[in-house]
Amino acid sequence: MTDNNELIRLSAARLAEKLAAGEVTSVEVTQAYLDRIAAVDGGERGVNAFLHVNAEEALAVAAEVDAIRAAGGAEAESLHVLAGVPIAVKDLIVTVGQPTTAGSKILEGWHSPYDATVVERLRAAKMPILGKTNLDEFAMGSSTEHSAYGPTRNPWDLDRIPGGSGGGSAAAVAAFEAPLALGTDTGGSIRQPGAVTGTVGVKPTYGSVSRYGAIAMASSLDQIGPVSRTVLDSALLHDVIGGHDPRDSTSLPDPLADLVAAAKTGNVEGMRIGIIKELHGEGYQAGVENRFNDALELLKEAGAEIVEVSCPNFQYALGAYYLIMPSEASSNLAKFDGVRYGLRVLPEDGPMTIERVMGATRAAGFGDEVKRRIILGTYALSAGYYDAYYGSAQKVRTLVQRDFDAAFTVADVLISPTAPTTAFRLGEKLDDPLAMYLNDVATIPANLAGVPGLSLPGGLADEDGLPVGIQLLAPAREDARLYRVGAVLESLLEAKWGGPLLAQAPELGELVEAKEAK
Amino acid sequence: MNTDAILSFEEAMEKYDPVLGFEVHVELNTKTKMFSSAPNVFGDEPNTNVNEVDLGMPGVLPVVNKAAIESSIKIGLALNCKIAESCRFARKNYFYPDTPKNFQTSQYDEPIAYDGYLDIELSDGTVFRVEIERAHMEEDAGKLTHMGGATGRIQGADFSLVDYNRAGVPLVEIVTKPIEGAGSRAPELAKAYVAAVREIVKNLGVSDAKMERGNVRCDANVSLRPHGRERFGIRSETKNVNSLRAVEHAVRYEIQRHAAVLDAGEPVVQETRHWHEDTRTTTSGRAKSDADDYRYFPEPDLVPVVPSREWVEELRATLPEPPAARRKRLQADWGYSDLEFRDVVNAGVMDEIEETIAAGASASVARKWWMGEIVGRAKNADVDPGQLGVQPATIVELARMVEEGKINNKMASEVLDGVLAGEGTPSEIVEKRGLAVVSDDGPLLEAIDAALAAQPDVADKIRGGKVQAIGAIVGGVMKATRGQADAARVRELILEKLGVTV
Repeated sequence: MTDNNELIRLSAARLAEKLAAGEVTSVEVTQAYLDRIAAVDGGERGVNAFLHVNAEEALAVAAEVDAIRAAGGAEAESLHVLAGVPIAVKDLIVTVGQPTTAGSKILEGWHSPYDATVVERLRAAKMPILGKTNLDEFAMGSSTEHSAYGPTRNPWDLDRIPGGSGGGSAAAVAAFEAPLALGTDTGGSIRQPGAVTGTVGVKPTYGSVSRYGAIAMASSLDQIGPVSRTVLDSALLHDVIGGHDPRDSTSLPDPLADLVAAAKTGNVEGMRIGIIKELHGEGYQAGVENRFNDALELLKEAGAEIVEVSCPNFQYALGAYYLIMPSEASSNLAKFDGVRYGLRVLPEDGPMTIERVMGATRAAGFGDEVKRRIILGTYALSAGYYDAYYGSAQKVRTLVQRDFDAAFTVADVLISPTAPTTAFRLGEKLDDPLAMYLNDVATIPANLAGVPGLSLPGGLADEDGLPVGIQLLAPAREDARLYRVGAVLESLLEAKWGGPLLAQAPELGELVEAKEAK
Repeated sequence: MNTDAILSFEEAMEKYDPVLGFEVHVELNTKTKMFSSAPNVFGDEPNTNVNEVDLGMPGVLPVVNKAAIESSIKIGLALNCKIAESCRFARKNYFYPDTPKNFQTSQYDEPIAYDGYLDIELSDGTVFRVEIERAHMEEDAGKLTHMGGATGRIQGADFSLVDYNRAGVPLVEIVTKPIEGAGSRAPELAKAYVAAVREIVKNLGVSDAKMERGNVRCDANVSLRPHGRERFGIRSETKNVNSLRAVEHAVRYEIQRHAAVLDAGEPVVQETRHWHEDTRTTTSGRAKSDADDYRYFPEPDLVPVVPSREWVEELRATLPEPPAARRKRLQADWGYSDLEFRDVVNAGVMDEIEETIAAGASASVARKWWMGEIVGRAKNADVDPGQLGVQPATIVELARMVEEGKINNKMASEVLDGVLAGEGTPSEIVEKRGLAVVSDDGPLLEAIDAALAAQPDVADKIRGGKVQAIGAIVGGVMKATRGQADAARVRELILEKLGVTV
């Protein structure tokens, strides 16, 4: 194992320490990740986590951080703790200087004239941006198979899906192509990929991270959040990107409690942890259920009180989600019409009217899943159907919120498996949208209610040896509780495994080459 | 082009009872746009007052302009509306290239102001109450220019240009309840209502209120029903009627057109109509029916607007005096008789007179110029007096030159024509045209001698004491001096010459 191979396996927190101590330079770290990307991401059997690699700019930022550190003084002192630690950004988040595609042909080659607020904050912290990661087109999917640029592969098994929509960010972190990544979570797009790739993913409280510059799927559900290999790393990244933004009206005015400190608390004694009756058991893979029970045992041993809560309206959450999300998406995606930017397709014959150019552009530029949701949403908002569909779904949303409110009167944190199954095979559910949608059954309630959720690795399922995710949920603005409980559970699990779960993942470089040789 | 049959207005009134309704869009003069920090400025280079939000770039989010909320509340209060304790924006979804997001962000079922009224004074002094349904906030669309066609409309155009400078400009849409009972005064009421709204938003300082620039735009709804029937007829909506006179004419025309349709036993089509100022007619636009489905839903990118009661009361305290009180005060200040003042109001030049007085003219001089000179010219040009563009300073300058005896009234009127023709300021025109009152008596005496010699019988009459006959001699002198003589001085000199004392 080379030095670089060790370097890329370090957590972001550990990298930050080594950078601050001068044991390694940011250019060395950044180059090590770029080399890793070059080694495992491309080719027919590559992970395909990146849609764009931003080598030149990333190295320039790294060199700038190194120069500041070398010069010492006040500027070096004031560097952010994550300065020089590289990061990957989901290609739904706009960036100046790199293309942003949203995983869609309709934005192929488009360059944003402005940076998303979270990207501004990464730049302010001087974190080199390695590139843009793959996703289901416009974040619509649970497998990254709906990307117009080919699926991302799961580093645990290249024939399996890495989850979605943020499969690229999760796979990049799991495959040691980046120590950190940004994702977006509308119904589980950060947490479910985290679960199936053995990584950590957090959907923050709605409004705690600015959405400005995240291409909207469903405005009332979307939230940007961190992807990492450890709970502490997510807390560090959450701290960089969070906080009020006057450009986002739904941004919360007050800062959250100290998330990094919460991740370092180190105990859960006396905390009440609630098992959600409706989010485990029937419909959940046996190996998932077993790892879930292991986690409960460990928490109990650590002094937490395990209680059971019932959220009876969660059974309607998936249905409500698949009305609200497409309704908002149908309107949010109306702007992609070929008039001002992106793809423009002219009709092959007939009159060249604006309606026909818009139609031809959208027909050619959007994939099937996007069209499916636009049609669904357009229908749900139509006069005469609005009350029955969108209106009812909003009422369900209120009921789901009430279920959470009631549950949080008896529990400080709720717990469930993140996804009902481990990673399924590429292509397995592509022709069955409903089966695909069911993957998000445990993650969706948090988006409907705006509460924060964290997924962390819970071990490997007995039957297939693939990662299982454990989801923690907290009341709105209480993200700190997730980091506190998550970090404790993580350390207990790692003690049991004798190291991080990802250490058990197959050696990827060999895997990619071996399969290619076949 | 227009082939619609119409009935005479009188006949239409004999048979039918008109019901009106207005949607008046007021462009607010906030510094920035409704949902972005781009400048809200009229007339700049196309597509320069835009940022990523106005262009609907991927990832952008709107933020409500607080100044626009404040202006909207002021408008609501001035219209005697209730102000919502909480209200939301919605998305109105439709594909059209003047709307960058392909939806318009607009208030829908939760307007910021609702349930108000406005008392409208008609020309004979009677007061008609117009009920206000609501005043809601929305954003304007961009401006499309259709190129290559003969009509400037999209039909037949080769291509269209779009200017997004106007996209996102804050608008308040004021919607009336159905206005019943105006009868034959419907056209007059229509004009007076829009004038009153314009006056209110202008006095509030929340809009530039220039109709010719589209700051105030009126959509006029008209329907007819036979006398005595309660149920409303089918309405037409005439879009973008953009001058006060046009509002009056459009309502009158639509009443006549509806009456002809109903008389022929045909159903009125519910549709939008386009107003044509040149022919003073409307033509059919888009059929408007329940099939229009904008798929409204609450705008998820914005939080509800919750104006505190304290803020509303603070704004109420800053409201300028209501128009009726203002009229009363101005009439007293200016010392006009009731009749004089009503004429001023009906001519639509009260604001202009106020500005002219503020610029330094006396009340009587201001009235003389606006009512005596400008209103007539506007009528000839078929525009509103304010649209002629006469500046208060011009009138002050003209009045001063007359007072100083540099020019006489006849010349001043001529100079005004020059100003309107764009020839320069009054003093420039006086110089250029060589206008000046002839004050040297020498040439005048020559002209008087000639005039007296030409009409010896008149000269005898004057000598005989019939001084009123002097007009013929004065006229002759004025003619000989091409109007440049000071008529009063001429009169004096004639009397002197003939040895008559008065």
